[in-house]
Amino acid sequence: MVKVAPFFVEAAWLTVRISFLALALGLVLAGLGAAARLSRHPVLAAIGTVYVSVFRGTPALIQLFVLYFGGPQVGINLDPFAAGVIGLGVNIGAYMTETIRGALLSVDRGQAEAARSLGLSRFQALRKVVLPQAARLMIRPLGVNAIALIKGSALVSAISVVELTYTAQRYIGSTYKPFEMFAIAAALYLLVIHATARAIAWIDGRFAVR
Amino acid sequence: MRGLDFTVVADYWNILLIGTGWTAFLTAAAAVLAFFGGIGFALAALYAPWPIRLPVRFVAWLFMGTPLLLQLFLIYFGLVQIGIDIPALAAGIIGLGLHFAVYNADVIRAAIVAVDPGQNEGARSLGLSRYQSFRHVVVPQAIRNVIPPLGNNLIALLKESALVSVIGVAELVHASQLAISETFRPFEFYITAAALYYGLNAVLEFGLGRIEKKVEVTR
Repeated sequence: MVKVAPFFVEAAWLTVRISFLALALGLVLAGLGAAARLSRHPVLAAIGTVYVSVFRGTPALIQLFVLYFGGPQVGINLDPFAAGVIGLGVNIGAYMTETIRGALLSVDRGQAEAARSLGLSRFQALRKVVLPQAARLMIRPLGVNAIALIKGSALVSAISVVELTYTAQRYIGSTYKPFEMFAIAAALYLLVIHATARAIAWIDGRFAVR
Repeated sequence: MRGLDFTVVADYWNILLIGTGWTAFLTAAAAVLAFFGGIGFALAALYAPWPIRLPVRFVAWLFMGTPLLLQLFLIYFGLVQIGIDIPALAAGIIGLGLHFAVYNADVIRAAIVAVDPGQNEGARSLGLSRYQSFRHVVVPQAIRNVIPPLGNNLIALLKESALVSVIGVAELVHASQLAISETFRPFEFYITAAALYYGLNAVLEFGLGRIEKKVEVTR
């Protein structure tokens, strides 16, 4: 158990890195996706709707497989790590699009209307009045998405990224000590997830209405 | 890079259809386990004495804090080592079922707690027993709140069922991999699998929408 510990710690660090990069990509896509879905432009709105529907309507594992194994057939050659970040990021982005859209829609309509009637442009009303209020509402649900992403990052073991689940699987096979290996991996996942949950609660506290 | 050719998919339609059937079966079986398991875990977490309550809470915490894939590896490869050799299909159903039972329990527990305590107190003061009050007053109110989130869990379960392909269950992903190993056309077959999942998902969402509407009316 002592011998394999360093490999597990290294693998946990890879889980953290891949999750963090996928989260950053997912947030960018979610911002764009929510803007597209709420846009008045019918083509943009349709693109947003199709994005959310396709990526929430199919398994993340299949999406990763299309990208990593199917990609080379259409000229996309990615190493496992890059495919993992992009696959997970695009997938979580679709869920986060709905989170952000929901938060924007739950800000009272009167807020935007009042801002508009005071002479602010549509963009100004969104930027200065609606977004600051929506930001508070979206932190906790986005945090739930982020934690789901960390657990979902285990999927990239199936495209041979040597992260925590891949490492656990490898040593379950070679040491014949499945419960010990599971316990190490589980402890590291729980550590990462609880640290993330604490960070989200801290951010949420900073944005809370006082 | 070579051109895409979706016509090869047609040669494997029967394999893909059987795979889709297994995915549907596996999801249904795991959903039944997750439903009853969820009720059991929720009741244990709320009402059982501590020697039962604490272990149930610990298992729930463990299952919610670790990836499903890791849990599947533990059940399939781990139990063999302590002498319990279960076939991949059973391991997949148990793994998915237990994983989602924990999530269902969370939803059910929250719905029970959300019923105003005055409802229970009122029923008790009218002479109903603890069981009668729970069965005839608390449960009917909790059920309404529980259907939409349980439906969401079921939709998630369908998609997550793809994971059991990694322990060798012959469902849709596995069937696609078989076809790919013969044709070397991953893009075409994984896109087809995605489309089939999308179809299953749409059917499920439609059915759940109907159920939710019915519940809405009786409110």
